[in-house]
Amino acid sequence: MGELLTREREEIFVKFLEHMNLTAIAVGIGLLIAFPLAVYAYRHKRFYGPLTGVSGLLYTIPSLALFAFLTPYTGLSMVTAEIGLISYTLLILIRNIVSGLDGVPEDVRESARGMGLSPRQLLWQVELPLALPVIFAGVRLATVTVIGLVTVTSLITYGGLGAFILEGIQKLDTSLAVLGGVLSLVLAVLVDAAFRRAERIATPWAQSRPVSEMT
Amino acid sequence: MISFDRVSKRFSGTRDAAVDDLTFEIERGETVVLVGPSGCGKTTTMKMINRLIEPSAGRIIVNGTDVLEQDPVRLRRNIGYVIQSIGLMPHRTIAENIATVPKLIGWDEPKINRRVHELVEVFELDTNMLSRYPSELSGGQRQRVGVARALAADPPVMLMDEPFGAVDPIVRERLQDQFRDIQARLRKTIVFVTHDIDEAIKMADRIVILNLGAAIEQYDSPAEILRNPASDFVSRFVGAERGLKRLALVKVSDIDVEDGPVVRLSDTRETALRVMEDSATPWATVIDADGRLEGWVDAAMLANAPNVGSVSARKYSAYVTAESSLRNALDAIVTSRTQVAVVADDSNHYRGILSLERISKEIIT
Repeated sequence: MGELLTREREEIFVKFLEHMNLTAIAVGIGLLIAFPLAVYAYRHKRFYGPLTGVSGLLYTIPSLALFAFLTPYTGLSMVTAEIGLISYTLLILIRNIVSGLDGVPEDVRESARGMGLSPRQLLWQVELPLALPVIFAGVRLATVTVIGLVTVTSLITYGGLGAFILEGIQKLDTSLAVLGGVLSLVLAVLVDAAFRRAERIATPWAQSRPVSEMT
Repeated sequence: MISFDRVSKRFSGTRDAAVDDLTFEIERGETVVLVGPSGCGKTTTMKMINRLIEPSAGRIIVNGTDVLEQDPVRLRRNIGYVIQSIGLMPHRTIAENIATVPKLIGWDEPKINRRVHELVEVFELDTNMLSRYPSELSGGQRQRVGVARALAADPPVMLMDEPFGAVDPIVRERLQDQFRDIQARLRKTIVFVTHDIDEAIKMADRIVILNLGAAIEQYDSPAEILRNPASDFVSRFVGAERGLKRLALVKVSDIDVEDGPVVRLSDTRETALRVMEDSATPWATVIDADGRLEGWVDAAMLANAPNVGSVSARKYSAYVTAESSLRNALDAIVTSRTQVAVVADDSNHYRGILSLERISKEIIT
């Protein structure tokens, strides 16, 4: 294994970056799509059911089947890979953004409105900051999910560390396949930890504990 | 300052109007408490003033302008707003919470800072608290921050929906006293909603007692409502102990105290006994040469004493000051051996006594 690591050092680095890149694009675009939809659904509750229905449907399509559907149109391209990856993030992101916003205490919302915050100020200064922990959790979950899924997109040549797994299977080289698996696992664990840390820094108020009861 | 002109509110899907054809006026600088059973429409009435609820009919004029003709966001920045659960923003520090409205209306940083520190002083908060988050404060502290925040931009009008409802009775009483003192200086126009008649009596210049549909049963000063309930509904709502509640509104300084039997330390036994005889009481109050209260003596205590100063006077267990309420005085009467309340000033100078007869005269008239 040690010998394998040295031999493939450069390749590992390249694939590692590719893996992160594919993941970041998927989660980034996923957020860009999910965010406005989720805010709209939060304000217009009737829209929430159909929205989660559609994104839930996307979520349940087996990934291999989805790529098979897409290749006739978009080929063995990064676009194909990303469409698949993005569609898996939507349900998680939309659900968490909406439930984060729903969790904002009604009294905080009412007093903010009563003080004269406009609907836009209410969203950006009160509701989103307070929903941040739940939104963060969604982004973290979506990211870790995508990191796992990227290994599957190696089938359409854009697979980051998944390329090692695929090559390992094709060459019946177990250690190569294990290398790909372990590395993507390491990536997922690192990213998960980084997100947890970022979340703590971004929401200092959620960490503080009540001090002594005094009046 | 605030006037309701035939205002109604009907919520969709309900048969009866929450507020039905309500007309009343609130003067500048007065505290008007809306009180009534739950569901009477008191909160709805209040929330129509800052348009958190839109009236279905009628006009509400605040400071000369129809609220419906103003942008609701701008309108609200001019009206302080406090709700029972306060609703401090948990992700913002206490200083940031207090600064909310000044920031919205574009005050510069130094001005906001000065104002925040001013309010900290007024509300007797701790400066160290400013950098903390709301979850780190006690209920009573949060409540005070909530009221301070509502006052931050110095709005002429304040709406307060059970602002002291979420804390225990002891803290509540302290907050009420504190706010009453602050209001005495600021003279804001305040609309205050509560279901607690005692709180209404304590805080109000005038009380509006509302029945279902925000129908006004009586709109009067607390004393007048207690003396003269306008309907059965009002007397039932005001409840038992109407007389006692009225006593709580009258200060000792509002009525004439009686002189009572008084002897000085230097008086002889004979003089003291004559004083008791003249006033037909078996005891007399003892004061020193400067008129300070020493206590009381009776004939038995003086039996072998040449003068009053040679025996040690019994202390009064309780006395009242000019600022005390007659209710406090009544309490002092029923708990004292002498059956009177002794009135002294802050530096313990004797002022006179109040008897049960004197106080019951106050209840009857």
